[in-house]
Parts: sequence; structure tokens; C-alpha cells
Amino acid sequence: MRTTDTPPALREDSSRPPNPLFRNLTAKLASLPMVLTALVVFVGCTGWTIVHSFTGSKLLPKLKWVGFDQYEKLWNTRRWLVSIENLALYGIFSLCFTLVIGFTLAALLDRKIRFEAAFRTIFLYPFALSFIVTGLVWQWILNPDLGIQSVVRSMGFTSFEFDPLYNASIVIYGLLIAGLWQGTGFVMVIMLAGLRGIDEDVWKAARVDGIPVWKTYVRVIIPMMRPVFITALVVITSGIIKVYDLVVAMTAGGPGIASEVPAKYVYDRMFSSQNLGQGFAASTMMLLAVVVVLIPWAYLEFGGKKHD
Amino acid sequence: MTDAARLLDGPRGPKPTRRLSRRNIILYGTLSVMALYYALPLYVMVVTSLKGMPEIRMGNIFAPPVEITFEPWVKAWSEACTGINCDGLSRGFWNSVQILVPSVILSIAVASVNGYALSKWRFPGSEVFFTILMIGVFIPYQVMIYPIVILLRELGLYGSLWGLVLVHTIFGMPLLTLLFRNYFTSVPDELFKAARVDGAGFWGIYFRIMLPMALPILVVAMILQVTGIWNDFLFGVIYTKPEIYPMTVQLNNIVNSVQGVKEYNVNMAATLLTGLVPLTIYFISGKLFVRGIAAGAVKG
Amino acid sequence: MHSVSIRSLDLHFGAVKVLQNLDLDIHDGEFLVLLGSSGCGKSTLLNCIAGLLDVTDGQIFIKDRNVTWMEPSERGIGMVFQSYALYPQMTVEGNLSFGLKNARMPRAEIDERVARAARILQIEPLLKRKPGALSGGQRQRVAIGRALVRDVDVFLFDEPLSNLDAKLRADLRVEIKRLHQKLSNTMIYVTHDQVEAMTLADRIAIMKGGQIMQLATPAEIYNRPGNKYVADFIGSPSMNFLEGDLSDGHFTTGGENLDITGYPFEGPATGAATLGVRPEHVATGHDLQGLPIQAEVAVELVEPMGSDTLVWTTFAGQSFRFRMDGQAEVRERDTIRIGIDPAKASFFDKASELRL
Ligand SMILES: Nc1ncnc2c1ncn2[C@@H]1O[C@H](COP(=O)(O)OP(=O)(O)O)[C@@H](O)[C@H]1O
Ligand SMILES: [Mg+2]
Repeated sequence: MRTTDTPPALREDSSRPPNPLFRNLTAKLASLPMVLTALVVFVGCTGWTIVHSFTGSKLLPKLKWVGFDQYEKLWNTRRWLVSIENLALYGIFSLCFTLVIGFTLAALLDRKIRFEAAFRTIFLYPFALSFIVTGLVWQWILNPDLGIQSVVRSMGFTSFEFDPLYNASIVIYGLLIAGLWQGTGFVMVIMLAGLRGIDEDVWKAARVDGIPVWKTYVRVIIPMMRPVFITALVVITSGIIKVYDLVVAMTAGGPGIASEVPAKYVYDRMFSSQNLGQGFAASTMMLLAVVVVLIPWAYLEFGGKKHD
Repeated sequence: MTDAARLLDGPRGPKPTRRLSRRNIILYGTLSVMALYYALPLYVMVVTSLKGMPEIRMGNIFAPPVEITFEPWVKAWSEACTGINCDGLSRGFWNSVQILVPSVILSIAVASVNGYALSKWRFPGSEVFFTILMIGVFIPYQVMIYPIVILLRELGLYGSLWGLVLVHTIFGMPLLTLLFRNYFTSVPDELFKAARVDGAGFWGIYFRIMLPMALPILVVAMILQVTGIWNDFLFGVIYTKPEIYPMTVQLNNIVNSVQGVKEYNVNMAATLLTGLVPLTIYFISGKLFVRGIAAGAVKG
Repeated sequence: MHSVSIRSLDLHFGAVKVLQNLDLDIHDGEFLVLLGSSGCGKSTLLNCIAGLLDVTDGQIFIKDRNVTWMEPSERGIGMVFQSYALYPQMTVEGNLSFGLKNARMPRAEIDERVARAARILQIEPLLKRKPGALSGGQRQRVAIGRALVRDVDVFLFDEPLSNLDAKLRADLRVEIKRLHQKLSNTMIYVTHDQVEAMTLADRIAIMKGGQIMQLATPAEIYNRPGNKYVADFIGSPSMNFLEGDLSDGHFTTGGENLDITGYPFEGPATGAATLGVRPEHVATGHDLQGLPIQAEVAVELVEPMGSDTLVWTTFAGQSFRFRMDGQAEVRERDTIRIGIDPAKASFFDKASELRL
């Protein structure tokens, strides 16, 4: 089929394709901060720390190789083992409770209730506060001599005992109460937004089919909110790993070393006890933990997509 | 309950006329108990900060003050001791303000340009950098903090205000870039194409078309950054010197300093003072923040 | 002079080859419609002409200038989009003048051009409004105005009427045609709606899978489709196809032997072929006079459409539809005599599907 008047040959070739490197140069220059951050900080600094975790650096980073010595030492340190145990415990509880409480509050608020805005404001405001503030308030409320324990005792329950900040075996729950108070509101808001994004027709259909409300949530709504749950999960996990300020403010790792966490171990080794190598090894272990958790998730999330 | 009845007072239907139905008691009961848990600490903070020390030692932390005193507030603001100096939180407050303003502006400026470039001017490799950035969200800060100390020292910024500003810009970048990228991706490509046909370039489209459209997301980003940077503790401790410690660091030093008798009322006043800036922002912009999360976080 | 010339254009999105070795010449002042089903690469081609997509290979000329690697704004084109793409935070006036301001035109001239475009498109009362306060039809007028003010050589339209309801679409279609008569610059118009294509175009380019299947006037495309795809695509209800064999002036299909004298063959008149007959070219009643192909068929289904009636039947063992006058009284199970004029029919080679 002829679609040209002259034979379809190239008539002139004055304009060669420009060097692809300089195409849309402004956009590339404007992205330079991002490129540098990605390469220098996220790749470069991470790699630097990993490399130096195999050195015997003390006060200053030195490339004096010691193989896995730092790691061996790390895993023979009781304080590190306690830190890991605390983080695991705190992480699991925090994850479960945040998701359950966050979703429940969101579902309750989504029931066309009165004073929704007031409730929402109350649930969310702690998220505006720092972990330092959170830790200090709860430190005060949980004060055994003047806080909740003494109030309950003065009401007649003289044998009541709840002093997590001074009791090594339950101190982690003290942190949990404060952590949940600070963070669940945010997850609730994410969930609420997800619930609001669900088509009203889904509810109508469920009602026409005679499915009870709770069953609609479990069988229809929650599966539909999968992406929302994933967002929430990502938000919560990245918060858990960073847990540091809360501990510093609330317990400073105590009583004894009962509430130490890995992030604090790293900080103390790097900046207080001048044992950089230990700090690097510990932080590399933190990274490894994240990788171990994230890779299966990434695989499920992105590996599966190719089949759709 | 028959299906027909369930249909009539179904959960999404009109509000039931019977106020005290079992459903309502459970619903509002649960919500109220939860609200108590969330509201109590704020109440305790306020009440404690208005009592004198004798009253605190005697009484119940939940009881309202018998005799209201603003002494603790004054002391927290201008006299409390951190272990190094005794001029209260005021110094930390002004330090935080000086850190906050440039950090918020710079981080949002950089991230919005990133998001814009990533959504409308993709170049070979741009997605790779974005992916690295997103993976970066999951890298614990602890892995990067020390090399950054070295980098800042090389740049001559270690211990200075601008060093901390840079750190906030870097670590705010992933989330903010994602936020802006998602927002600008939802701006129709045809609008962008129309602007290019109209002869606008990279910056022309950014300033004339995209930024004016991005007002809602700018506000969201600002809320996130102001609270995030104001509440930061770790970076403040690592990258600044005691003279320019932000408010959170000072607060912790005041409350958890081991010397002297614990003045709980002053501590709570100081804690409230530190929380006041982000709290004010939330109470003013609460709805916008919620809308922002709906737009940014859930979509991504 | 050619307004737009495209030479061996390739465009790939990664491994997906959307346009392949495409050649096209568009005359000065011509109204060319790119017509094809969704996903065939029409918008992609238009975006290449506009400079909004980097071509993989090939050259694009506008007014005999090689513009292959020029910025969109340097090409002398204006573009109108399906979603209008008005800048939401600017007034109508701001929208119209944005391109001119970017070109650093003096204020006085901008005002003059905006006023002129507003007059032509009758949007003067709207100049101070924001796009959000306009109806769909008004928005699209503003979008056209944005191309108009820039005084461009070539207008590019990407399905500009698809977001409008039927009545507005018809109105605005006429307006675009008037505009073309008045301005007489080149217009390239993408649509998937054949009515728009037939009514607007000087020539239509029918696209499929990134290639141009036929480039011709609407009448030519309707009467003498170049291949079976085009024949099937154009016309509603679409053409009847009967499979069979051609040999010495006859077409054997489904046991019938049809006399096809009068068909102007361009290709070989033998071999396996498909006969295409438009439903509206099937004769009944008085029109049967002298037609070489005639048959009695049983009415299976009747679809009255007011102005005419579509009758479903079986002819030569294959499903067959034809169109009758809207007032014709036909019922299911009636028997009716139909006739076909070979001169109005089309033959396609069975293998290549090209017109014979
Ligand atoms: N940015 C892109 N990346 C990958 N494929 C694309 C892109 N844009 C369009 N395509 C594909 O190219 C083909 C042609 O698209 P398009 O030109 O928009 O079709 P249409 O004829 O409907 O306008 C489609 O199959 C589409 O999926
Ligand atoms: Mg299209």
C-alpha cells in the first residue's frame, strides 16, 4: 500500500540522533542529588560499614583485617544476645498488636459512628509526639512509687504489682505499651483510608447475600485490603528496627541490660566505648536481619507478579 | 435475625433509631475505653506540670491539681539543667527551629524534583536509582551513620547545623520522593505533554504546572517533615555538638540527668513543651494529614 | 510541498515494536484521519510527530524540515488531547497564553492572539474562568484554542471528542470541520470512530498493528477497500463475507454459482477468494432489475432501526445481512428476493486478503 508520494527513501539526514547521554540533560542534572544519595549513601556507606566490620577498628576505622572475629565476639556478648531477644519479642508483639488494634479501631470508626473525627484525633495525636516524649511520659505513668501502681494500690488493691520499668522480666512490655500508644493511630489511619477506598457496592452485595458483618470483614474486606496491610506492615517493621529513642528515654537500657536493643548497642559501641569494629559488625547484623525478613516478602510481592 | 431484618438495620444503613442497642453499647464502649488509653498520657502530662512537687509526692497522678502553678513551666523553659548548662529548654527550642526550617525546605525541594523527574522525565537508569532509594528505606540507619560522620567531616560540616540539615534531607528523601512520585504519576501525562508542546521545559513545567497542582501533597510532606525532624533524636545526638543540640536531645538530658532531686512537674512541663510544636501542627491540620495518608501511603 | 512526511519510522517500547517501518506523506492543508482500533499505535504515531516520544529509527519532516530530534515546541505543531489537558490552576486566558509566554512573545501580541482565538471559538465569555468551571465541550474548545493561538502549521488531535457525549460530539465535529475550512492548515486527527473519520477526513489512514493498511479518501475506502481488514473495519453494520472460488467470471460459494460480470478486477480473477458485500448494497424489490446475482432467502431476524431495517438471513449457506427501507414490512420466516450488483462488491484474495 503506497502511503508516500515520493519513494520512501530518506531524503536528507541532516539531523542525527543526539548523544543519548545529553538527551533531557536538565532532568538528569536535577536528579543528581537523588543519584548521589542512592549511590554514595545507601550503597556506598552501607558497603563501607560492611567492609569495615571485618576489621579490628577501635577508635578509628582501619583496614586491619580480622576476618569474622568481630562477629564471633558479638555473638559471645551477653548484652548483644539480650538486645536481639528484646528486639524479636518487641517486634513480634508490636507487629501483631499494631495490626490488630489499628484495624479494629479503623473498622469501628468506619461503622458510621458519631464523633468519628473526635475519636480519630484522640487515637492519632500520639503519633505526632517523639519517642523521647513518649518514653518520658510513660516513664512517669509507670513510676512505681507515684504512678499507676501506687494509684491502684491506694484504691485498696495493696498487693497490685505493675512496675515494668524496674522489673527486668517485664520491662519489654512497658516499652510495648508506650510504643503501641505512639504508633497504632497511624496504622489505624492507613487502614481507615483503605476501608474508605472499598466500593460501597461490596457491602451492598454482601448484605444482599446475607453475609454477617464480621464474615464480610474476614472473607471479603481484609483480602481486598492486601496492599493496605502491606503498606502498614512496611511502616511498622521499619519503625521496629529503628527502635532506639524510646529505650533511651524510657529505660536507658535498664534495669541492668534488660531492655537493651541492637540499635543502642551499635550506638554505644561506635560513639561511647570506642569499639568501632563491634559497632560495624552489630549494625551489619541488623542489616542482615532486615534482609532475611524482607527477601521472602519481596519475592512474594514482586516475584509473583510476573505470573499474572 | 432473619435476612430481611439484617438488611434493615445493616451496618451501612441509616443510623438505628434505638440509641442503646447492643451494637452501639459495644461499639461506643470499645471506642471510649481505647480513647481513654490514648488520651490519658496527655492528661497526666498537663496535670502533673501544673502541680507543685509536694502535691505530686502526696497524691494521685490522675488527680487534677489542687493548686495550679506555672512555676514548673517557667523552670523548664529557662532554668532546667541538662548536666552541661542550666538555661532550660529555650536553647534547644531555638536550635530545633534553626535546624527545622532549612531541613524542611531543602528536603521537600529535592524530593519533589526527584518525584517529578521520576514520574515525567524517566531516563535510562532512573528507575534503578529509585529502587535503591526505596531499598534504602529498609536499611537500618545504624549501618550508615558512621561513614556519614566521615563524609561530613570531609565536607567540613560535621557537628554543624548544615551537616544535620543535609542528613535530614538524605534520610527524608526516600519517603518524600515516593510521595511526590506517586502524586505526580497521577497527574495525567497528557497535561505534561500539552505543556511540552507549549514550549515549557523541565523547570518551566515543574514550577508553572506541577508545583501549583501539588499543593495538597506539599502540605502533607511539610507536616511529615516538620514532625519528623522536630522529633528526631538520633541524628541530633550524632551529628551536632552540645551547643546546637535539638530540643529532643536537651529534653532527654534534662529529664534523665542523674544529678539532683527529680522534679517530675518540671519534667512533664518540659516534655509537653517539646511536644507542643508537632501537637499544634496535628491539631490544626489533622484532617489534611489524614487525607494525605490516603493519597500517598495507601496508593503506593 | 508536503506538510508532514514520515520516513521508515520505527518505535519500540523495549521489546514491543509499536510502529514498524512506517512511511506517510501528508499534504499541505490536508485533513488526515488516523483510524484504527484501540492499541494499534495511532497515539504513538501522533506523539512521534509531536516530538513527545523519541523515535527508535527513521525521520520525520514537517514543512520539509527534518524535525526528528527537535523539541515539540520547535516543530510548529499544536496538539489537542482526549482529556483536554487544560492547566487546572490557570484561567482559560492563562491556558491560551501559556505557550506564547514561553515563546517570550510581547504582551500586546499575546492579548491580540488570545482575543482572536477566543472569538473564533466563541469562548470570549469564559476567558476569566478556571477549567474546573467549564463543561466538557467548552474545555475542548479551550484546548483547541491553545493550539490555535500558537499559529501552528499542523494541528494534531488525539481523540478529541471521545470524552464528550453523543450530541456534543456531533456538534463539535462540525465545528472542527468549519475550523479546518477557515484556517486551512494541516490537521492530523486520531480517532477510533469511523463516523468521525468519514465525515472529517480528506484522506483516512487505517492502521493496524502499527502499520498503515490503507491510505485513501473516505469514498475510496468505503467503496474500494484495499484489503479485507479495512473492508470489515469500515461500515456499520459491517460487510458480509462469503468464502468461495473464482474462475472465469464466476464465483462459487456454498453450492451457489454466482455470475460476477461487471466486477472491475485489478488482480487475478481466479483462485480461492472472499466476496464482500455491504448490507446496504443488497437490492430488493424494484432495484433487483437486471442484477446478475439474485436469490430467494428466508428472513431469520429483523432489526428495525427507524430509518432502515436490518434483516438477518442465510445466503449460500453463510450468515448474511442486508439493509431495507425503514418502512418495509418484513417479518421473521418471510421469504424475500435479494440481488447483488458485482460492481459494488469487493473480492479479496483468500491468502493475502488483498483486494482483487
Ligand atoms: N509507554 C508505553 N510503554 C509500553 N507500551 C506502550 C506504551 N505506550 C503505548 N504502548 C503500547 O503501544 C501500543 C499502541 O498504543 P497507542 O498508540 O496508545 O494505541 P492507540 O492506537 O489506541 O492510540 C499499545 O499496544 C500500547 O500497549
Ligand atoms: Mg490512543
